[in-house]
This record gives sequence, structure tokens and C-alpha cells, in this order.
Amino acid sequence: MAEIATLADAVGELVADGDVVALEGFTHLIPVAAGHEIIRQGRRDLTLVRMTPDIVYDQLIGAGCARKLVFSWGGNPGVGSLHRFRDAVENGWPRALEIEEHSHAGMANRYVAGASGLPFAVLRGYVGTDLASVTASIKPITCPFTGEVLTAVPALNPDVTIVHAQRADRRGNVQLWGLLGVQKEAVLAARRSLVTVEEVVDELTPVPGAVVLPSWAVTAVAEVPGGAHPSYAQGYSERDNAYYAAWDAISRDRDGFGAWVERIREAAA
Amino acid sequence: MMAVAAARALSGRQRVFVGIGLPSTAANLARRTHAPELVLVYESGTLGSKPDRLPASIGDGILAETADAVISVPEVFNYWLQPGRIDIGFLGAAQLDRFGNINTTVVGDYARPRVRLPGAGGAPEIAASCGEVYVVVRQSRRSFVERVDFVTSFGHGGGRGDRERLGLRGAGPTLVITDLGVFRPDAETAELVLTDLHDGVSLDDVRAATGWDLKVAPDLGRTPPPTAEELAALRSLKEAST
Repeated sequence: MAEIATLADAVGELVADGDVVALEGFTHLIPVAAGHEIIRQGRRDLTLVRMTPDIVYDQLIGAGCARKLVFSWGGNPGVGSLHRFRDAVENGWPRALEIEEHSHAGMANRYVAGASGLPFAVLRGYVGTDLASVTASIKPITCPFTGEVLTAVPALNPDVTIVHAQRADRRGNVQLWGLLGVQKEAVLAARRSLVTVEEVVDELTPVPGAVVLPSWAVTAVAEVPGGAHPSYAQGYSERDNAYYAAWDAISRDRDGFGAWVERIREAAA
Repeated sequence: MMAVAAARALSGRQRVFVGIGLPSTAANLARRTHAPELVLVYESGTLGSKPDRLPASIGDGILAETADAVISVPEVFNYWLQPGRIDIGFLGAAQLDRFGNINTTVVGDYARPRVRLPGAGGAPEIAASCGEVYVVVRQSRRSFVERVDFVTSFGHGGGRGDRERLGLRGAGPTLVITDLGVFRPDAETAELVLTDLHDGVSLDDVRAATGWDLKVAPDLGRTPPPTAEELAALRSLKEAST
């Protein structure tokens, strides 16, 4: 059964130094407040996993929390580069960042394999690209039925996955809807999971197309209204496009970023 | 001009895999002008989005609210893209070479890059599995290079026949639209050939912005300037977005 906890307690309990951690959310429902709590608690040597590392991963990388990044597209969507990510890859600041690089199709299938309890996934992907030559977790595999050569990628099973959702009930059943990205797969693939929610309610009102993660499939739920900001939670908040644009200037140099990260560290959760 | 030329290349009920930026602008412009039945698919998980303004990101709420269906990201790639259900994939490029191979990963050496770019995203499988690929890219000697530093998405490899040898199902890049003109792969060699110049652009301008010995089609065309209708539709889309 999912425990209802505060964000600080949940991150303190579920995220340890050296863990493989996935914060998922495809533009919508990104668990940004949880990322800030990881910075605040000073976690180190994390392997960060995410299909689309964007602002929150730029912040975690710049704050020195990450040893390695597993990803398929890293950028500030619609704005430009992630400057802290680039500084880490190009200059090793604040520390060298190992990368394991995939395509979206590869990452999505790695989560599906993880959620399915399988060791690997098969896809028709990567053929002809240079990705297979730089990423050890992309291998050719021959179909035992047709002899066709396809691509295998290993399952992703994070130590902990964190996602944001619209709401949960008091028993810890979670409901999310709208653009669902890979959130369900990432939670089910993980050994432990934390879902931050806009609100905890007495009863979950049915919503067409919504996904329900039953309480017994989630480790902890924390009520964090606005916890996806600057991304959005459909039905609760709008995407703060100005923040994404403003991040470019904040993150561009190490001093500007340093001032930002100090403010985050000093802010109470 | 790039958006208008790209919009014109779309027609009917084609199913288009749309990225944010120019592809999204072009697809929405086409839907608002000559191709109202166009089916827009966004990798965030929307099939048949019909936004009345330009979305700010691929995950803009308006794409989900106006879609025929909202699906998960694994489903987008496994059920819709991989089996070849999408007609046109739109890709951008940091580097593009004479055979339409695309780099969005690194400039320089992979282990010690001069510039670290965003990476692959959905592009490798879009380039492999869509019926055709249209590339939109701002043209310069930095972007139009003899050989890309890293093949993020496979175009025509080293020439005609390479895609078939690798078992890739789609036709690969069939159209490249830049701010200067339009390129198509040669029927025999698959090398990109300049087929149209945009309004007000000279052949010398294009050669100066191409990093290889450019081949030009014998019947070189001119892209007609944007019509009043196209400009009005583009303006109204942009105004609705601010």
C-alpha cells in the first residue's frame, strides 16, 4: 500500500546516493518539485534516467547530483540548449557526466520491458545510425521465426521512479490523465516509486481515459500542488512558457546558475 | 518561406508526424489552407490534433484537447510509427549531408564533442519508418556538410540502394526545404540536387551556403512567393498563439 508522506520525507526515504532514478513526464506532469527536493537533500552519484531531460535535469546536473545520464533527447523544448547539461558533457563541470544515449523508441521500449518483467525489448530501430556504435545497450538480435535482424535493448528497472499526477485518494490510489507519456511504464518498471499529486481527495471521480495506478503498485504518494511547474497538470494548471524561456539566461553561465541553486537549497520544501 | 514551401508539400489526408517549430507551423498552415483533412500526429501521444493556434511545445494541452485520441508514448512508436502507418515524417537537422543523412547528436568527436546537441529523440525511427521524410533546415556551410559528424538518422547512406540493403522500409528523405531553396534526391544516385530556388535567391547564394560540390537540376524551378491567403493564414495562426 502506498504511504502518504511529505515530499521531503518521501525523497529522503526513497532516493539514496548512487541510485538509478527516473523522473518521467512527457512535457505534461513533470515532477519538478521532487527534482528540487533531490537537489535540496544533496543526493550524489545518481544515474538519472529520462527520455527528454529538460529543465529539471539541467538543474540536477548543474547541482552536481548526477554521475550518469540515460536519455534520448536533451534540450529546452522550443527554446534551445540545456546549458548545464552541455557544460557537463563538453567541459566536465561541475563533474564529468557519463551518458548512455538512445532514441525515444528505444527508451520507451526499455521501460515497457522493465514494466513487463522481461530482460529486453525488441524493436525495428537504430538501423544505419551511429547510435549503436556509441551505446553498448543497443544490440542486433535475430528473430527466431523469420531470421530477420532487429534491435534489442535491455529493460530499464530504475531503483526509483518519480512522476507527478493529478490526484490520489487517501489510500494512495493514483489517477492521471491527458498526455501520459511513459509514466505508467516507468512506475511499473521501478523497484520503488513516488507519485507527487496536485491533491489528495476522499474519492477518485472517474475520468474517461484516465490511468489508475492502484495503491499497491506505488510506494509513496506526496501531495504537492503545483509540483509540475513550469510544466503543467491538465485540469489544474497551464504550462509556464515564460519560465522555459527565462531558464536559458539563468542557466547560461555558472554564476547565474549558482545563485539559482542557492535559492532552491535555502527554500523550505 | 520555409514554412510556406513545406506546407505546400503536404496534401489531402496524409498522416504527418509533426515536431515542434517549423514542421508544426507548416502542418498547421497546410491544414488551415489547402489540406483541411491532414492528420497531425505528435510524439507526445496525440493522433489527429486540430489546434486553432500554434502549439508552444509538442506537449501543449491544446494538442490533447483537440485530438481524435490521446495515447502513450510507447504506443506512438510501436503501434503507429513502426508498422509504417505514417506517410510523412518531418525532421530538422543540425547537420545534413549530400545523401540526406542527419546529425542532431554532436559536432566533433562523440567522446569529446565541440558542441553537444539535443540527440536523437524520435528521429532515427521516423527516418526509418515513415513513408517519406521531409527535412526542414536553415542552410549554411555549417549545416550543409559533405559528411555529417554523426549519423543520428539515416538518410540515403552513401547512395541509392543503401536503405534497401539495411532493410529500411520507408523511402527516406524525398524533399529538403531550406530558407534558400528545395532539394530532392537524384533518381540514380540519391545525392541531393537543387530543384527550386526560393523567390529572391540566386544560385550563387545557394552554392555559397553548401559544403559540397552542388548539383543543380537542369529544369531548375522557382518557388512562387507566398500568396495573400497563405500569409493571412500564417499570421492568424501566429497571432492566436501569442
